Amino acid sequence: MEKFTVHHGTAVPLRRSDVDTDQIIPVRFLNHSERTGHADSLFADWRTDPDFVLNQPQYQGASVLIAGNDFGTGSSREYAVWALLNYGFRAVVAPRFGDIFHGNALMNGLLPVILPEGTVERLWNEVTDEPTRQFTIDLTQSHLSCGQINASFHVEEGARRRLLSGLDLIADTLRHEDSIASYERTRRSAMPTTSL
Amino acid sequence: MGSTLAEKVWNAHVVPSGDSGEDLLYIDLHLLHEVNTPQAFDGLRASGRRVRRPDLTLGTEDHNIPTIAVDKPIKDPVARRQSELMRKNCADFDIPLLRIGDPKQGIVHVIGPELGLTRPGMTIVCCDSHTTTQGAFGALAFGIGTSQVEHVLATQTLAMKRPRDMAVTVNGTLRPGVTAKDLVLALIAEIGTAGGQGHIVEYRGTAIDALSMEGRMTLCNMTVEAGSRAGMIAPDATTLEYLATRPGMPQGAAWDAEAEHWKGLRSDPDAVFDKGIVLDGDAVSPFVSWGTNPAQSVPLNGLVPAPDAFATESERAAARHALEYMALTPGMAMRDVPVDSVFVGSCTNGRIEDLRAVAQTLDGRKVADGVRMMIVPGSASVRRQAVAEGLADVFDRAGADFRAGAGCSMCAALNEDRLRPGERAASTNNRNFEGRQGRGSRTHIVSPAVAAATAVSGRLAAPDDL
Ligand code: SF4
Repeated sequence: MEKFTVHHGTAVPLRRSDVDTDQIIPVRFLNHSERTGHADSLFADWRTDPDFVLNQPQYQGASVLIAGNDFGTGSSREYAVWALLNYGFRAVVAPRFGDIFHGNALMNGLLPVILPEGTVERLWNEVTDEPTRQFTIDLTQSHLSCGQINASFHVEEGARRRLLSGLDLIADTLRHEDSIASYERTRRSAMPTTSL
Repeated sequence: MGSTLAEKVWNAHVVPSGDSGEDLLYIDLHLLHEVNTPQAFDGLRASGRRVRRPDLTLGTEDHNIPTIAVDKPIKDPVARRQSELMRKNCADFDIPLLRIGDPKQGIVHVIGPELGLTRPGMTIVCCDSHTTTQGAFGALAFGIGTSQVEHVLATQTLAMKRPRDMAVTVNGTLRPGVTAKDLVLALIAEIGTAGGQGHIVEYRGTAIDALSMEGRMTLCNMTVEAGSRAGMIAPDATTLEYLATRPGMPQGAAWDAEAEHWKGLRSDPDAVFDKGIVLDGDAVSPFVSWGTNPAQSVPLNGLVPAPDAFATESERAAARHALEYMALTPGMAMRDVPVDSVFVGSCTNGRIEDLRAVAQTLDGRKVADGVRMMIVPGSASVRRQAVAEGLADVFDRAGADFRAGAGCSMCAALNEDRLRPGERAASTNNRNFEGRQGRGSRTHIVSPAVAAATAVSGRLAAPDDL
């Protein structure tokens, strides 16, 4: 996983709520078997509209997406996170995220930043007026700043530690292999197996 | 203070790790399907890791396979490649795989219970959000992402924080003609797409007790549409009766011991939930969706709402957008909405009880001119039973297309079954997102009974309207 410590970049205002993962990447693109190569599939159906915010010249090269409530609800597809990362986003700011998307983002080094609706509204206005406004998202301090706007956010401690170090979660868990093995020895013996 | 059912199941699965923050949760059953997993296997190969417990892992082919026939090669090259990868990955790592044509094959959330693999008190994960279906048995079942799949394959555990607890109590009795599907749509319309976010929902109350296992699965299936991590129902006599008919169950004294254990899996009377909502089961009527998320639903008796009727600006904007996409005007009666297509199937409503409900309404009637109706069984076993019970003949006589193969079909539109742009369907699936059933598709989520009546009338309808 790519580390996340301090990120500087510009942002895109996506003024919509309930952006489900079917919108982030429509189902017909779930056909590559890699984690890369999904940039063009991001918001594919919306990008056919020349007015869609990602198509506007002033937002090219942005690396922070500012979205409305309930971003990433619906299907568990991790492709949604890969498509955002492949496109060049490193962080998504929203008042609330779908649970599975949120977990997937943390596993891949895409930082989900939860901020109150009012703050998101101000950020939208800020980058609408000033598309080149620089953002600083500092995970070491759990702090976001953009122009006059300063906000603290919370990332769950275990995930934060892994993001800061770029740590592989599987390797981290395998430190506990003995405990897993001893748990297995005491599991209920009547549990089913899939050797059908 | 007592514990909730979810807490009991969770605590029984915590592997002591000494790490703070998250728990290391042992996973009893890991289900796989062909779409979201190749990257996880690539990850294992790249790091030289093995699958820790292939004997607790099962793959099925369901998402992208054709449903017209079970013995023809997949025509779509992309789907074929995906299936070939799945077969190779399962073979390389010794994971049993139910391929198309296998008598046990079916939609992943349908076959878990059917094969007796889904039991009370288990932890069950799958790279699919509707894994929540299996919480109907008092299991803790939830969807995970691909990276987590890799983690479970390698370690048989997940590092997670325990979600909060929410109780949804449904008192009273559902009226005749009102199903679990209507109940769950009414619930989501009430609490919204994030109403259960971060929570495991436990369903309780007399209306829940009265539901069949299939109804409970429908309810838990769509729990995720309210943003909840999982849905659970404490095992009771209905659960045990269902389990007793499943293959591979312990016998004799071993069964008695399991049954005794399962009966103890319930929230203590003094358990505290972080959140709760109470619904009146008697007040629920058939529900249908009008918009582009499942919370945008109203009673079939109702009208397409006006955006101005919503409380917040973001809801108003979402409603305006949805109405435009769905090509509906505020104030129109839902019963006046004509459909082009009817789809019965999916992990929400593709089980035998659903097909029986459809057949009951279709019997002696015809699908309306100009409407196409497709019925796709949730599993090969559901199909065999539908044929044995004569339901297939009813579908045939009515002019509905009862598919030979089981799978997700038009629920996800990953195979060739999909709506054309602008085509409008009444669908028993769980999601009415933009483009969900094909690019530009317009979906109205309905119960199987409403789907059947709609097919006959050509407009959204309940059986009583015919
Ligand atoms: S039937 Fe639909 S919701 Fe269920 S697993 Fe398949 S695609 Fe997902």
